[in-house]
Amino acid sequence: MGIALEVRNVTKIYGSGENAVVAVNDVSFSVAEGEFVALVGPSGSGKTTLLAMLAGLLYPTQGNIYIDGQDLAKMDDAQRTAFRRQRIGFTFQANNLMPYLTARENVELMMRLNGGCKSECSRMAVELLTRLGLGHRLNNLPRQLSGGEQQRVAIARALIHNPTLVLADEPTASLDTERAYQVVETFADLIHGHRRAGIMVTHDLRMCIYVDRVIQMQDGRIVRILSQRDEIDELASAKRQRTKTTAVAEVTAASSAPDGQFPR
Amino acid sequence: MGAYLAFKETWRSRGRFLLVSLLVALLTALVLFIAGLAEGLGRGNIEYLSNLDADLIAYQAEAQILIAASRLPRGTLQDIERVPGVKAAGPIEFSRVSIILPGTTPQGQPRKPLDVSLIQVEPGRPGEPPVRFGRQLQNRRGKEAIIDSLVARRAGLSVGDEFTIRSLQGTREEFYTLRVVGITTSQQYAIQPSIIVPLLTGDQIKPKPVVEDRPSSDISSNIIAIKLDLPEDPAEARAFRELMKRRLESQVKKIQVVDIRTAYENTPGYSAQKGTLDTQRYFALVIGVLVLGGFFQIQALQKVAQIGVLKAIGTPNRAIIAASLVQITTVTAFGVFIGTVITLSLALALPVGVPIVFAPQTVFIALVSLLLIGPLGGLLSIRYSVSVEPLTALGLAQ
Ligand SMILES: Nc1ncnc2c1ncn2[C@@H]1O[C@H](COP(=O)(O)OP(=O)(O)O)[C@@H](O)[C@H]1O
Ligand SMILES: [Mg+2]
Repeated sequence: MGIALEVRNVTKIYGSGENAVVAVNDVSFSVAEGEFVALVGPSGSGKTTLLAMLAGLLYPTQGNIYIDGQDLAKMDDAQRTAFRRQRIGFTFQANNLMPYLTARENVELMMRLNGGCKSECSRMAVELLTRLGLGHRLNNLPRQLSGGEQQRVAIARALIHNPTLVLADEPTASLDTERAYQVVETFADLIHGHRRAGIMVTHDLRMCIYVDRVIQMQDGRIVRILSQRDEIDELASAKRQRTKTTAVAEVTAASSAPDGQFPR
Repeated sequence: MGAYLAFKETWRSRGRFLLVSLLVALLTALVLFIAGLAEGLGRGNIEYLSNLDADLIAYQAEAQILIAASRLPRGTLQDIERVPGVKAAGPIEFSRVSIILPGTTPQGQPRKPLDVSLIQVEPGRPGEPPVRFGRQLQNRRGKEAIIDSLVARRAGLSVGDEFTIRSLQGTREEFYTLRVVGITTSQQYAIQPSIIVPLLTGDQIKPKPVVEDRPSSDISSNIIAIKLDLPEDPAEARAFRELMKRRLESQVKKIQVVDIRTAYENTPGYSAQKGTLDTQRYFALVIGVLVLGGFFQIQALQKVAQIGVLKAIGTPNRAIIAASLVQITTVTAFGVFIGTVITLSLALALPVGVPIVFAPQTVFIALVSLLLIGPLGGLLSIRYSVSVEPLTALGLAQ
């Protein structure tokens, strides 16, 4: 199995002197082709910062990142931009799609950026969207699509141009649980099927049931790596358990509130 | 790539962009009408002078290049003609009279007399404009006139027709009959259409504050138009004109000699009027730049997240600049087009006598400056779009 991504002793420090924040602290790991990895951890643990560095949008203070064996640090701005549109697929938490392009055009955009969209590319976009269950939504604008549908269009856009590495920042943040499971499941299928390397940042441990490895971060460091199926499934279900308990506690607290008001 | 994004975005939000285009269209109409008015009024003032087939104009030295204040006796004309290098010279005298229009209005009222400039010239000398129909003036004392095309149209006169002039002699209104021998192009002077008559004929017709018992034998004129033996080469010609100006002023007593351009720029009101209208036009253009700039800047602010995503997925800055430019230019050009169509169709419906003239050159300059307001106003928003960091797509901004 080929190595798609290698992260070696990467550190990112924001600011300097007294105000310095070590957002990512001496992190190393690698991801193979066809492997889907979840990056989890509490808010502020450095997940987004790490993702930005993997995309070449942010420079490590120390350490190296290799994608397909190429060192991101050795490229200038224009080369990094070109590298992003050729080798990296992206989905974001929100505002993924251009509001003035249809679902299909949003997917084709990635190919246009890479030199044009002929009939072959159009056919691929339609095929991919159809696999993602959007065959009947091809010509709809983003505002006519639900949040889950929009995320699926973004996933298609992240995959259409055969990238080495697919990066997804909180792809389920704006979705309800049922939709979230669907989206991540399809995402995982496509990563495995097309043999891409995928990294998904999430704070929702339940989504980990579809990934091959979980990298857990805290305070900028990797604190745990789970790669056994049963370990991962246990982590995912533990989270589900806890969520239920919290929900019950909240309802109880609300009903006993002095003014009798129900929290929104 | 840039053009693709621009056209998709503009088309899918066409309602919003159409509104901006309509605004540009209104500005275009405003700017074109102001330009047309400037041209029309300007021509009304200087048309005859700027059309003059002459190289220099002589004024009375103390007159400060004011036609109404200038008086040159007959002797000056002969002195000027004797200066070497002068090919021909012609006296010109200006006044105002009215043409009585025959017939009645549809309401049964007598028609309002047509006010015209009476321009007296020596037949065959500089000052007499070439006719387009009929013939030139022939008789120094003939009861004949060349009328300009505006008079021909408004008074309904053609070659061979006779018409009646009303003019104030002392306290009495007198009437004179002249025959149209030729029709020339529009030759406005003092914002009025013109009739051109022989100097001696005109001396009898032109209004006088007091009527002398015996007509004065001293024939004078306001100015004298001078034609020179100019060399072919433009540079030499310019130098020769300058030389002749000085030579004439030193050899002929009490005159000031200027070129045609200086002459009409000193026509009362011309420069002030032009200045005012030009200022209005520039204001309209500046308003356009600010309004379009504001609109596209607000749009850029609303699109920060979108632009961040575009850059994060690898869109180069030049594509983003191209997209903005194409969009701004398209919206502006469409507005200018609509505005031009509106203006020109309104212009066709303008009543006779409204001093609005759409000269190709003025219209062209106005249109080019209007087309530039979009990109100029958009500069700020483009700069802003370029500065958006791709990191904003991840919610991280540095
Ligand atoms: N531009 C910045 N300047 C300074 N500190 C930052 C900046 N961006 C993020 N941080 C800090 O870096 C740490 C990691 O942030 P982030 O990568 O967003 O974590 P996560 O995505 O896991 O929530 C946090 O403590 C955050 O406050
Ligand atoms: Mg984050």
